[in-house]
Amino acid sequence: MTVPRGEIFGFLGPNGAGKTTSVKLLLGLLKPTSGEAWLLGEKIGDLETRRRIGYLPELFRYQGWLDAREVLALHCELAPLPRSTWKDEIATALETVGLSERADDRVSTFSKGMQQRLGLAAALVGKPELVFLDEPTSALDPVGRHDVREIIRGLSARGTAVFLNSHLLSEVEQVCDRVAVVDHGRVIASGTMDELLSGTAVRVRVSGLDGAARTKLSAFGPLDDEGDQLTFSKLDIERVPELVSTIVSLGGRVYEVAPRHQTLEDRFLQLLEAEEK
Amino acid sequence: MPPVFVFARLTVQESSRRRLLLALVILTLLVVGFSAWGFNKITTVTRSDGSVLPPEQVALITSQLLIVVTFMYSGVLALSAAVVAGPLISSEVESGLLLSMLARPVRRSEVVIGKWLGLAVLVTLYAAGSALLELTAVNWATGYLPPHPIELVLYVAAEGLALLSLGLVLSTRLSGITGGVIALVAWLIAWIAGVVGDIGMGLQNSALQNVGTISHLLLPTDGLWRGAVYAMEPDAILAALRAAGTAGRANPFSAVDPPPTAFLAWVVVWFALMLTLSIWSFRTREI
Repeated sequence: MTVPRGEIFGFLGPNGAGKTTSVKLLLGLLKPTSGEAWLLGEKIGDLETRRRIGYLPELFRYQGWLDAREVLALHCELAPLPRSTWKDEIATALETVGLSERADDRVSTFSKGMQQRLGLAAALVGKPELVFLDEPTSALDPVGRHDVREIIRGLSARGTAVFLNSHLLSEVEQVCDRVAVVDHGRVIASGTMDELLSGTAVRVRVSGLDGAARTKLSAFGPLDDEGDQLTFSKLDIERVPELVSTIVSLGGRVYEVAPRHQTLEDRFLQLLEAEEK
Repeated sequence: MPPVFVFARLTVQESSRRRLLLALVILTLLVVGFSAWGFNKITTVTRSDGSVLPPEQVALITSQLLIVVTFMYSGVLALSAAVVAGPLISSEVESGLLLSMLARPVRRSEVVIGKWLGLAVLVTLYAAGSALLELTAVNWATGYLPPHPIELVLYVAAEGLALLSLGLVLSTRLSGITGGVIALVAWLIAWIAGVVGDIGMGLQNSALQNVGTISHLLLPTDGLWRGAVYAMEPDAILAALRAAGTAGRANPFSAVDPPPTAFLAWVVVWFALMLTLSIWSFRTREI
């Protein structure tokens, strides 16, 4: 599995699938029991590579007894960035995440959402080439989520690769160029959105179809039969008229046809279901 | 600034911003004030014939009271060091505070050494500052000064540093409260074991003496405390203790001889071992 520079990569999986563990392994916070990985051309665990990486942990927490500006100065110092650049770096990061007004307030007075914004700002100092964002919007309201999506797109536009861990699938669907689905520590699918979300689901409300007729309809792809509701999970939209005429020719009566593009959530659930089987 | 000093500075800054230093300073000033008043009372004590105590007697009483007061200070220092060191790393791992910092080009050894260094500075400054205030107050109240004040500060500070080092090792694996409690209990056990060793010496019982020796090796706080006691004992007291033979040694508030050089060398090795163990333990911990 490779994540090229400038790409927004979504890493999906159910709770406990191993998403955060994978990120910690890549960052050198955990030691792998087997296998190999490279970050920015260097083997994982290389100290120097970490100068070029930003990280917002899922469990974000910052020194409550420092103010926001001091927290970012600390990250500039540990990065380490030349002291002459700190002021601009901090101002830019605070402005990007919308915390300029609270720069001199103690972190202990921040809401959870504001602390997550601060964490994102800390991940952005030093213009990293690769940013790991582990559930970056878990504490944010809809406006905050929108802002984060814009920040992620901005990072990608300037050539920064973004490794996005999330189980908010609609969010991933909106920003990611490519995704991988992980379950029980194993990647079970990966590809671009187009590759993963091929096909359209079509729901048809019918009556008058017997068992034999329903069996014949499976020629139109995987069929979820719920009595008067038939859902064809992978059907080209161009074949819908043919489907309707076939149902009618088999003696059925059609009350409703609802084509629906497959969402990442549909695909995600489908993959996990298949994995369980 | 190298990461070691960044973490040391953060530790000092945190203690200051969380008002731990302020609380210690206020409490110390209160104790110094009360003890100055108490020590001054010694000079006004009258005998049955109405005369005040001669200066030599005032000095002897003061020296013994000062040892008790210093025990209180060493206790405060040891307790504070254990309580602060216990959660030093564990609480930051549990809360996630260390995650974003460790993703920077920072070695875990730098975190451990930096935090130890920051607290070591605080412990040493507190030992020196409180000793300066207390000895100045005692000197003002009675005109007495212990014979070796510098050594006194060094031994008391080293006792605090020993508890800090033990707390830090525990903090790399155990939760803050567990590590702090274990360090405190270990300090008390070491003190009791020292008393047992004294009793063994008084009774000429080698098994009991070994308890004291082994406890001094495992956790050298009591051995260091005896060094502080020796630094405070005037010649007259030392002569009386020596004249009492082995019975004169069976007392946790007395010391006939300074700590042996071999023990002091072991203390240096012990500190190095504790720091090495802390670094290894934290390096191999999954966070």
